[in-house]
Amino acid sequence: MRKRKIRVLIAKPGLDGHDRGAKIVARALRDAGMEVIYTGLHQTAAMIVEAAIQEDVDVVGLSLLSGAHMTLFVDVAHLLKEKDMDDVLIIGGGIIPEQDIPKLKKEGISAIFGPGTPAEEIVAYINENVKT
Amino acid sequence: MNDALIQQVLSGDQRSIARLITCAENNDPDATAAMKKIHPHTGSAHIIGITGVMGSGKSTLIYELTRLYRKMGKTVGIIAIDPTSPFSGGALLGDRVRMMELAMDEGVFIRSMGTRGMLGGLTSAVYDVVEILDASGKDIVIIETVGVGQAEVDIIKIADTTLVVVVPGLGDSIQTLKAGVMEIADIYVVNKADRPGVEQTIAEVESLVDITCSGKDRKTPVLATTAKQSEGIEELVQAIINHRSYLSEVHLFEKQRRQRYEAELIEIIRKRLMGFIFDEETFKERIESLLDQISKKNIDPYSAANEILAHIIK
Repeated sequence: MRKRKIRVLIAKPGLDGHDRGAKIVARALRDAGMEVIYTGLHQTAAMIVEAAIQEDVDVVGLSLLSGAHMTLFVDVAHLLKEKDMDDVLIIGGGIIPEQDIPKLKKEGISAIFGPGTPAEEIVAYINENVKT
Repeated sequence: MNDALIQQVLSGDQRSIARLITCAENNDPDATAAMKKIHPHTGSAHIIGITGVMGSGKSTLIYELTRLYRKMGKTVGIIAIDPTSPFSGGALLGDRVRMMELAMDEGVFIRSMGTRGMLGGLTSAVYDVVEILDASGKDIVIIETVGVGQAEVDIIKIADTTLVVVVPGLGDSIQTLKAGVMEIADIYVVNKADRPGVEQTIAEVESLVDITCSGKDRKTPVLATTAKQSEGIEELVQAIINHRSYLSEVHLFEKQRRQRYEAELIEIIRKRLMGFIFDEETFKERIESLLDQISKKNIDPYSAANEILAHIIK
């Protein structure tokens, strides 16, 4: 009864309107016993970070297919850090070219899960890496 | 939980409010200490409960209400409750989608919560969260219950003003709602009033009001809104304000608050008793062995329950 439940914010920054992947991940995390807050499409980095603060989440999952991840993912990571939310695990998904991943990791995005990643892999990664 | 954090909650710091809510939700012993210090600072917020069937537009309505309250200079705390899966223990909390525009407003705090095993459309920690938001200086606290439409009558124990939202075109919905939810409203909202059949729905609700309010000094208002187009919101806020004044005039406000504390007190006791039974390893073993005996018909469930309770009630 005392066990802390993992809370995850799933957000879609930027302008693309494809949230199928984000919704599939959200469901998979729920089925793994997590509380998933879904924020919908077209979010700015500032809106995502503010929601992460109010919902006091352990994980922020970002999904993007438009190619703007180098700016938007990084903006979210920087803003979280600025707001002292550096204990939050940041993960990303969508269409992210291989060569961008090291740069994103350097900026604080812990892991990138591309198309076709089994949901269990994301669940396991969160369970192992979440800082509670 | 240090005093600095409590001070920050009282001064309205979003991050500190969020942290304390998490502790309360997780039954953290630190939260209990903090809640003791928070309580004297509560009592000034107007608590509004919103309930109604799934898809009746509760979240959009809350978004519009909040925008108007903000224009009036009021600060708003929102608690949006969605069901926790009884199978996985997880929850998908999606009410924020319709409220994201409010995310950047310092005068608004939104928290999504799973029911975590509670029935009645609420979650066990909701009493704490109401107190935290109240103490943090929010003028208005809005609670959105799970949208089931049948059993979520518990909201009246917490809210000063309860709104029941219905929509046209649900056929027999009002008929089925009669039994429980339709009796708890302080204000009826017929949302999505741009839909066909709205006149009929309003008439149905009004005829219900005629029956339930006959002989009473206050007739429950029935208001039509189209939240998506921001229509009818000003009238709704006025009705909410009027209800609050009415509560004071007829000395119901204090009585209702007392009922809330009663519900909260019982919930705290229930939680602690359940904690006794489920957290202690020895009890778990005891329950397992009793279950074996019940299965083998060596003992009946009532006698088994007495055995467990004998350890708690001396």
